Amino acid sequence: MLHIYCPHCAEYREEEEFRPKGEAHIARPVEPEATSDEDWGNYLFFRKNPRGLHHELWYHAAGCRKFFNITRDTVSYQIHETYKVGQQPSVTKQASSSKGAAK
Amino acid sequence: MSEIAQMDLNPRGAVKSESPLAMARVNVALASSARDAGVVVREKPFLGHLVLRGNAQDEAFRGGVERVLGLALPLALGPVARDESRGVSIQWMSPDEWLIVVPAGLEFEAEAALRRELSGHYAVMNTSGGQTVLELTGPKVRELLMKCTPYDVHPRAFPVGKGISSVFAKGSAVIRRVDEERWELVIRRSFADYLYSWILDAAEEFGVFVAPAEPAGSAERRIVREVAVEGH
Ligand SMILES: [Zn+2]
Repeated sequence: MLHIYCPHCAEYREEEEFRPKGEAHIARPVEPEATSDEDWGNYLFFRKNPRGLHHELWYHAAGCRKFFNITRDTVSYQIHETYKVGQQPSVTKQASSSKGAAK
Repeated sequence: MSEIAQMDLNPRGAVKSESPLAMARVNVALASSARDAGVVVREKPFLGHLVLRGNAQDEAFRGGVERVLGLALPLALGPVARDESRGVSIQWMSPDEWLIVVPAGLEFEAEAALRRELSGHYAVMNTSGGQTVLELTGPKVRELLMKCTPYDVHPRAFPVGKGISSVFAKGSAVIRRVDEERWELVIRRSFADYLYSWILDAAEEFGVFVAPAEPAGSAERRIVREVAVEGH
């Protein structure tokens, strides 16, 4: 069982209280009318499925019923951080690779 | 002041009111008295339940709620704001949502008073008919709750006064710790029958007693009304 920190309730809760909602940070095309079918299809249906670091949208279904984001490792299941919608992750592939390069 | 038609959902005696547990049957062996029981279950039916939505950062919103209910709006998960003598409480449910409980029959006036005092982007919903309160008292309630919810009910995580909502018996419930050995569950009408059966079944091993539902006395109600809604 994952122990997930809800940034709205500001405490750790059991995984059972949450629902995963897939990839986070998917921006809706600003002008749907001017968007090509291919781009619209990609926006609606195509999702990343990375091995490793992933930013996901989660829903605190049994608690505050708010959405928030999780940076999670899909291999180890380790949760690196949780943050509110509208905020940016601090743990990213770029951040970890630049950290690796600095070493 | 908002221009919203407000409807009194309480039939006030014209139609027979039934609590969500009106048809519930007790299917377990009961303790012979409350004193012999590890868990005493009692429904507090017909209370006024309001769901309030609004902007917690808005000072006017917070001030309006406080003027009407005489309690400060809680701004984070934690203690439920509560005035036991007036039977009024406000619980933080999410950053922009609160559960207000007022004495039976006062929900219409409480909603009207909130609409008088609040303006701008907010919402008040009367959900009194949709949920009910179960009070659990006794030395074994904490152990009972451990069988029902994944939430940590140890005093370290769940001190007296705190209120949360979580998974409960594969459904959901609002759980409030009123005292060391006194807890409240706010449960939905559609789950009430099932959760009641679950709780009695889970509590049977500790000795369970079902106390009669708290009567909603009309004389007492009037006094509370003056203080709760008209006193400000
Ligand atoms: Zn939450």
